[in-house]
Amino acid sequence: MVAEFSHPSQARPGARAEFGPAHVYDEWDDQSQSPPSPAAGSPAARNLGILSLALGAGALLMPARLSRVSGLQPYRRLLPLVGLRELTAGIGLLSSSNPTPWLWSRVAGDAMDLAVILSSLLNPNNPRKTSAAVTAAVVAAITAIDTRESMRSSRAGDSIRQSAAPDALVSASVIVSKSPQECYDFWRNPLNMTRISPMVESVTVLDERTSRWLIRSPLGHRIEWDSKVTAEVPGERISWRSVDGGGLYHAGVIRFERATGDRGTLVNTSMHFRVPAGAAGLGLAKLLGANPRSEVREDLRRFKQLLEAGEIPTTRGQPSGRRSIVGRMTREGRLSRQGSR
Amino acid sequence: MKANCWNGTEDLRVEEVPDPKILNPRDAIIKITSTAICGSDLHIYDGYIPSMMKGDILGHEFMGEVVEVGPAVNNLKVGDRVVNPFPIACGRCYFCASGQFSLCENSNPNAWMAEKLWGRSPAGLFGYSHMLGGYAGGQAEYARIPFADVGPIKVPQHLSDEQVLFLSDIFPTGYMAAENCNIQPGDTVAVWGCGPVGLFAIASAFLLGAERVIAIDRFEERLRMARENCRAETLNYESTDVLEALSEMTGGRGPDSCIDAVGLEGHAHGFFGLYDRIKQSLMLATDRPTSLREAIHACRNGGTVSVPGVYGGFLDKVPFGSIVNKALTIKSGQTHVQRYLRPLLDLIEQDKIDPSFVVTHHMPLARAPEGYAMFRDKQHECIKVVLKP
Repeated sequence: MVAEFSHPSQARPGARAEFGPAHVYDEWDDQSQSPPSPAAGSPAARNLGILSLALGAGALLMPARLSRVSGLQPYRRLLPLVGLRELTAGIGLLSSSNPTPWLWSRVAGDAMDLAVILSSLLNPNNPRKTSAAVTAAVVAAITAIDTRESMRSSRAGDSIRQSAAPDALVSASVIVSKSPQECYDFWRNPLNMTRISPMVESVTVLDERTSRWLIRSPLGHRIEWDSKVTAEVPGERISWRSVDGGGLYHAGVIRFERATGDRGTLVNTSMHFRVPAGAAGLGLAKLLGANPRSEVREDLRRFKQLLEAGEIPTTRGQPSGRRSIVGRMTREGRLSRQGSR
Repeated sequence: MKANCWNGTEDLRVEEVPDPKILNPRDAIIKITSTAICGSDLHIYDGYIPSMMKGDILGHEFMGEVVEVGPAVNNLKVGDRVVNPFPIACGRCYFCASGQFSLCENSNPNAWMAEKLWGRSPAGLFGYSHMLGGYAGGQAEYARIPFADVGPIKVPQHLSDEQVLFLSDIFPTGYMAAENCNIQPGDTVAVWGCGPVGLFAIASAFLLGAERVIAIDRFEERLRMARENCRAETLNYESTDVLEALSEMTGGRGPDSCIDAVGLEGHAHGFFGLYDRIKQSLMLATDRPTSLREAIHACRNGGTVSVPGVYGGFLDKVPFGSIVNKALTIKSGQTHVQRYLRPLLDLIEQDKIDPSFVVTHHMPLARAPEGYAMFRDKQHECIKVVLKP
């Protein structure tokens, strides 16, 4: 079995943009969608990175002078270490595609610095307490900026993760030792999908070409939509797409070709999912699970098993000895009926 | 019912578990009359097989009496006495149709796990980790058999359990190992490991026309059995340099075929023995391929190395250069047991072989954990343990 999964950032020009990749609707051609570029560092992160580099260089190259100016003489031996830390953070902020952990590392560093400055302030032997107080104020201000930027970056990261998959394009294939017509007949009856896909809770046939789908996602979210067969060639292929309403744009094609050497039928499917912007805040990951490719691949596997073997292999309900506490929380561990002792 | 459950490395417990039920139309339930501990079970016992879970029921060599059949099983009826093959096979996919039952595409519900480790998944097996299906095994009072219309073979009443039980695994496994050698008249076959699979490989090599079989082990009782029950010449690798001896015995040409019936827990002395143990214990290597290295090294030009021994992962320092430059053929695989059941049962009925010779110990199922320890440590000259529920 092979499968592809990508996050096309934009539909190709000329394709029906709201539905995404054209080949799901037409033919197998272009698979060249590229994933969205990762979050680039924000200007604030870049500025803080430059500040880190400057401070780090200063602390490393002129620790004596810096400790005098900042009123931190009792701790001047610490300054080279602080310098190293700042250089690391600076390099991280300027070079990493994800600045969030580096921003938080700056917040942690600020906390350490504030502790050092505070003890300098309270140190009776410190001749430059005024300088230490000014330094404390400056560092406190920087801490506030660092904290704000860190939190902002964390939130942005979350929303990037969610919006990184506005589209899911999933394809998979399997060889089945049955004729293309038999495979086609199975797929042409939407009711059969409840037998091979655990996510499909129910399918209602509305007319010859339209059916209503109720999906329960791996995380328990329910979503309902109507789907319509848009094209079909008996024994060869079926295309479908969602019709208006519902919280999902969905389209797919499944093709049945004679496998080489009369080894049955090569079944290829390609499906496209998109959650429209603002659709009840339902991210694609919440709907399809973390890995929609494996869901589709396993559906195809069960389809093959059902057609060839007449049943889907299972261990659900078999006996086992007592599972561990962790084991009981896993899918495999929950399949069996445990012994008492 | 009682079942022998894995609870961790070297921690087996015979526990009270629910009775199995029919879960699919092609299932059957059998009441087990005899079940054995396989050398490959010891790899689980010693913790070398990944994806085991506490509570898993072990055992893949078992036989018994049919007590219930699913609605789609037409060839068996309640009361039939059957031996069950250890791989689970649908009988209808591309691989089953070509007799390669242990590669069935439709019997492993966790195929995706095996695909992660090996690229593709073989068939599901009884009692042999979740990666291979997570099926409850047969060291129990009852077992559920999926695809029961394809796997189990009915056996005649006049043969004892001990005579037919090993059709479930080790006899076909030794036989397939020998068959994979493509033995020609006059051939010399060397067999590493004189455990039950090695012994059946020796016997099968003779059945398939080998003229000489040289057996290699370090336990005198096993070498004795290889000599006395199977007519092999024997080498004890603790007292003999095996590579030199094999060269001398074959005029410097090497054995025509070499069978590695040892697998991933091989023992060796000297540098490589220590090296493998250290790497395996540090998890830098998954297997200790001592015997495989030797088999490849010893084999004659253009010969065949056949590997019935179980290897699971990524092997270190395997002399692939020797394979290329000597033009060797390597054959391996889990046994396609279903393919051999009928012809090997015929051999037993014709009295050409009596597989019960390997049995050294009988124990009640309740003492299974003790049986594992004895078998693993080769105490009391243990070669094969049969458990009675």
